[in-house]
Amino acid sequence: MARALSVTDDDSTSEQIIDMVRLNLQTTPVTNQTNLTTEYDQTDDQQQTIINDFLLPMNMGLIYDPNNESEQPNLSTFRKMEYLLEKMQDENNGLPIKSVKSFMSKIPSVFTGADLIQWILKNLDVDDTIDSLHLANLMSSHGYVLPIDDHVLTVKNDGTFYRFQTPYFWPSNHIEPDNIDYAVYLCKRTMQNKTRLELADYEAENLARLQKLFARKWELIYMQAEAQIKVDKKRDKVERNVLDSQERAFWDVYRPAPGCVNMTDQDIKKLMRRKTSSICLHSSSHSLSSNRRTSSTSATAPASALAAAANRNLITLTASLFSSVSPSSAVVRPTQPPPPALHECDETQEIDNLVHEIEFLKHRIERRCLKTSKVCENYINYYEQYTEFDPFMTQSEPSNPWISDSVDLWEMEKFGSREISSRRVKRWGFSIMELLKDPVGRDHFWKFLDKEYSSENLRFYEACIQLRFHIPQKDVANKVKEIYNEFLSPGAYYSINIDQRIMNITKKNINNYPNRYTYDEAQEHIFNLMTRDTYNRFLRSELYRELLIGGKKKYGLKTGRLSIVRPLENLTKFSTTSQPQ
Amino acid sequence: MATIIERNVADSIDDLVKEAEMLKTRLEEERAKFNDMELTTVAEKLDALPPFSTKSRRLLKGHQGKVLALDWSVDKRHMVSTSQDGKLIVWDAFTTNKENVITMPTTWVMTCAYSPSGTTVACGGLDNKVTLYPLNLDEDVNKHKKVVSNHLNYISSCKFMHSDQQLLTASGDSTAKLWDVESSTAIQTFQGHQADIMGIDVSPSESGNIFVSGSSDHMAMVWDIRTGQYVQTFEGHESDVNCVRFYPSGDAFVTGSDDATCRLFDLRADRQVAIFKKESVIFACNAVDFSLSGRLLFGGYSDYCIDVWDTLKGSRVAILYGHENRVSCLQISPDGTALGTGSWDCTLRIWA
Repeated sequence: MARALSVTDDDSTSEQIIDMVRLNLQTTPVTNQTNLTTEYDQTDDQQQTIINDFLLPMNMGLIYDPNNESEQPNLSTFRKMEYLLEKMQDENNGLPIKSVKSFMSKIPSVFTGADLIQWILKNLDVDDTIDSLHLANLMSSHGYVLPIDDHVLTVKNDGTFYRFQTPYFWPSNHIEPDNIDYAVYLCKRTMQNKTRLELADYEAENLARLQKLFARKWELIYMQAEAQIKVDKKRDKVERNVLDSQERAFWDVYRPAPGCVNMTDQDIKKLMRRKTSSICLHSSSHSLSSNRRTSSTSATAPASALAAAANRNLITLTASLFSSVSPSSAVVRPTQPPPPALHECDETQEIDNLVHEIEFLKHRIERRCLKTSKVCENYINYYEQYTEFDPFMTQSEPSNPWISDSVDLWEMEKFGSREISSRRVKRWGFSIMELLKDPVGRDHFWKFLDKEYSSENLRFYEACIQLRFHIPQKDVANKVKEIYNEFLSPGAYYSINIDQRIMNITKKNINNYPNRYTYDEAQEHIFNLMTRDTYNRFLRSELYRELLIGGKKKYGLKTGRLSIVRPLENLTKFSTTSQPQ
Repeated sequence: MATIIERNVADSIDDLVKEAEMLKTRLEEERAKFNDMELTTVAEKLDALPPFSTKSRRLLKGHQGKVLALDWSVDKRHMVSTSQDGKLIVWDAFTTNKENVITMPTTWVMTCAYSPSGTTVACGGLDNKVTLYPLNLDEDVNKHKKVVSNHLNYISSCKFMHSDQQLLTASGDSTAKLWDVESSTAIQTFQGHQADIMGIDVSPSESGNIFVSGSSDHMAMVWDIRTGQYVQTFEGHESDVNCVRFYPSGDAFVTGSDDATCRLFDLRADRQVAIFKKESVIFACNAVDFSLSGRLLFGGYSDYCIDVWDTLKGSRVAILYGHENRVSCLQISPDGTALGTGSWDCTLRIWA
């Protein structure tokens, strides 16, 4: 420990620590197997190992802050499981917990898997036995429900015995335990010389690895294990029996047997988030936070008290060191705002934010909104209209490729395919967006407009979409000009019909600041016009009717519902809703 | 002098806070007036859904690490996925063949997107960048890769904006940005969330100017791409919002959260209209999507399952078992024929 203390005084080492924090976060253990090996790899550099050993839990300490609910990603899930666990242990409505007499001995406080599954079925809103078993298994894999003598944390729906985990070993009450704790635990078991505590093969391998890794500290670890055994011996035999299984389950969660899913794996996004927030916290008030960290560490004492004490010292040390070099920790997260130099700066910022918030709220209150019943009706209409196109609701015709292994459906839908199903044609009638979304539909619409000599509106709309999404930034100004010349200038080839008011707005936009959204007002106007006028005429045209009937001959509709009238009535509804808000 | 100024500032802050609180209450009152009926009540007249026969139809194996993201190609059968081992795989999901395997310079590739033309894939993650890889080349794609976007923290989500030319990205630096692909410059920056943005979705309609975002600040926001401002905010979740997805009509969106619920927010009613939860569903929801008609809502949870909800009646209709670890991502194929899911068990599955 003294050694670690002396090296941390060195500036270059503190840099190193920062680097290692970063390293640790980038290669956050995938499984504990790799966790072990990464540390193992570094045995040649003893100094590094020492720092790393203690840094890992400290690092986790940064990430986990049991005082803050939002800081621990899985905490809300843990809490929910613990709530269920308490319900299961309820004196009146809980599971019957028994002590079972077995050959020559007694198995204390157990219940059977079948009882558990039945209890869940009866008391929770699960769908069926499978669902119930699944939930039981998840609770088991987090160590809340443990098989009395099996490293594999699963639940079977039979007479196998299980036990509840004691709150002391709940994942929510622990920061991630480190390898020293694990070494002490394994060491302890080898020393007790009991068959039920014998190490499994993978545990023996882990122990060997740890022994090599912590060679210089092994004496300390051994002493801790001895001390723990002494305490254990004072306990009643039955209690010890139960505790042994609970402690084993705890380690089965954090150091799972091969082939088991490690439930303590974290989502990297969440880890990144905790990291950044706690570093910010550090830079602002490090003395306070390191104080709290110390207390939080002790509150969630690791399995061995001595290790906790040893850790605590170093954590405080490294934590304060960490915060004292916070300028360089900006490397870790460049977004981190520099510590506020001026108090007023903060306040003006806050006022700005508040003013903005108030503006926004005012604006939102004024905003028109629809009644819930209205929007709900709209969902139902939408569903009724689209249900026959939803392969999860209505069987696809000719077949769903994923089920039948035949690509007929996709072949049929390809552009240029001779056959167009009437289903598809029908969909064009739902809204102009549906028509334009389908390349074949768009193509037919073009043909129709060409025949009518009224393609300028669609042409303009497409030019606007091009401008908005498809043109590289550098060509935007040119495209704005181009569109003006083609559609709006006096004597334009495809002159479009917009009223004076919109023309004025558009001209103002062009002169002020030509950008991707210059023609928004004009585009909206033209789009509405096209929807009301040309699109309606298209739906009433011979061309569309023929397509509908033509398709019907080949595939035939299942229902006799005619689709000419329906799209028209839907049209008005959708033209109002599909507008940009 | 200084103290007087300080006090004035403090006063005005208090006043402003008070005013904001008042307006919030008023907004709630206003919205409550319009809340005349529950979705489930309106949906009572609908027939219950027929028995659900969806099964796992394809199993895509090849990733060596947790699958973190997937995206369908518009051709309805190709799919891109990324995993924690730093690999990006382009699949022909129909035949389960791998067509491209690209090794990333970084592990933890947290998001990927297929361009609308199907010729490019974009991906990004802990490297704080989004990189584009062209697919139609026989040569080494790494030679032709292009870095488009830079954020100050990890990239949590990226989507193409109705064209190969524009890319929308969301990041752990709590901003979203719209990028011009050709010049790799930002067209617009979206600031407003108080914490990491976890997911975004682009309006299904190309004439819409909006997108939605979900964030660790428990909020979902609706943004105007033209002004860069948020136009609506939605509260309710009790924990991180992990994912957002537009309802197929574009009038609403659903969110999935660490609080194990999914919620449906309506843009026109300006409020939450449905919540999807059960007492026995306790794990975080990581991904959501709708069936084509919007009737079914698929949620991918950390409890290894995909729950299928009846969007309109608010009840769960089925659970899809198959994955052996967290379901991290899911998406309905563009024609609605199949559901693609990715999991921490290193596999992807296609359900139909």
